[in-house]
Amino acid sequence: MATAHKAAASRGGDGLPSHHLDDAFLLDYAAGNTSEAVSLLIATHLALCPECRARAEELEALGGAMLESLAPTAVDHDALSAVLARLDASDEVEPAVLTLPANDEGQVPSIPMPLRGYLKAEPDALAWQPVIRGLEEYELDVGGAKTKLLRIKPGASMPQHTHEGRELTLVLEGSYDDEIGHFGRGDVAILDDDHDHRPIAGPGQDCICLTVIDAPLRLTGRFGRFLNPFVKF
Amino acid sequence: MDNLLVAVAGGDRSAFVELFEHFAPRVKSYLMRLGCDMSAAEEIGQEVMVTVWRRAETFDRRQASASTWMFTIARNKRIDAVRRERRPEFDPTDPAFMPEPEIGGDMAVQAKQETATVVEAIAELPEEQGYLLRMAYYDDKPHSVIAAETGLPLGTVKSRLRLALTKLRKIMKEHE
Ligand SMILES: [Zn+2]
Repeated sequence: MATAHKAAASRGGDGLPSHHLDDAFLLDYAAGNTSEAVSLLIATHLALCPECRARAEELEALGGAMLESLAPTAVDHDALSAVLARLDASDEVEPAVLTLPANDEGQVPSIPMPLRGYLKAEPDALAWQPVIRGLEEYELDVGGAKTKLLRIKPGASMPQHTHEGRELTLVLEGSYDDEIGHFGRGDVAILDDDHDHRPIAGPGQDCICLTVIDAPLRLTGRFGRFLNPFVKF
Repeated sequence: MDNLLVAVAGGDRSAFVELFEHFAPRVKSYLMRLGCDMSAAEEIGQEVMVTVWRRAETFDRRQASASTWMFTIARNKRIDAVRRERRPEFDPTDPAFMPEPEIGGDMAVQAKQETATVVEAIAELPEEQGYLLRMAYYDDKPHSVIAAETGLPLGTVKSRLRLALTKLRKIMKEHE
């Protein structure tokens, strides 16, 4: 969307994220050890972040060296001929990459690939579910962890909560502020049970985030506790 | 190896045979290290090699070495075959993709890592650091699992991984 792009461009002039993935997550992703949901969030950050992308490429090169370092295991005696026989088979096709057709010409989509491929529509046209005042969510069907988009009205604050397990958040449009700092397009926050936070969406436009939660949240704020039974986190 | 893979992209079968002889036994070892039994490793390994033939034209030697490219194919095939999950990856042709800034010190486009250099650097790592990295690639152990199994706090595991990678980068710089 044009609005999101404008917001991105205003961030220090280069539009690049300032809150990044740590080496441990990038290493797990490069090694193939993250669930599909966590991988989706990481890959979408990588689409927006040349800095983490360079580190991820370095860690894939480490994977290449790890493969090269392994002592060979003899393959079946007919393995080569079996593979050669399949090279020309036209009935075997690589699975297509999930994709969503480009929107109006010339517009930069606010949701980058690969996340865009998991959505069935542009953000405005998704079946958002109201959660509490100022907050809507849209749940994605992704393996490995609870995955959803959150849409927060400008200036709205979220109930205070802690996490039993880890919550990864990637900002896609707009921004929010919490005890840790300011988070705008492309920024990642990784929160575990050490943190007790209360995000407030920035002014001017909705804040849309991707969150991956691998354990239920426990609300701690005054209203949070009251809201707890109704919030289907 | 890079030349072989480029030749394979051009449809050269004898280059493919050479590539197969080098990589198929290593891919099989990789799959077995990650828990596949002999027959699963054989089957998935053959799938990997067929995919290599089909996708060879996407290999860009300026971006990655042949070993690195082979690693990503084997890694993704295992996720697909064993975990039955997709592997989300960024798409450089997406209009929302943020390219590298034109200028800037740390952000400048990095030269691709030569596999031989990285192999040597891993061998020079102190034993525990090499072990920690091999656990991630060979033993299917994300940092949260390493923390749980070793009884170390997550923050400690993360800082040890960071130290191991910093050391690895330092060794590789010395080799340049
Ligand atoms: Zn980053």
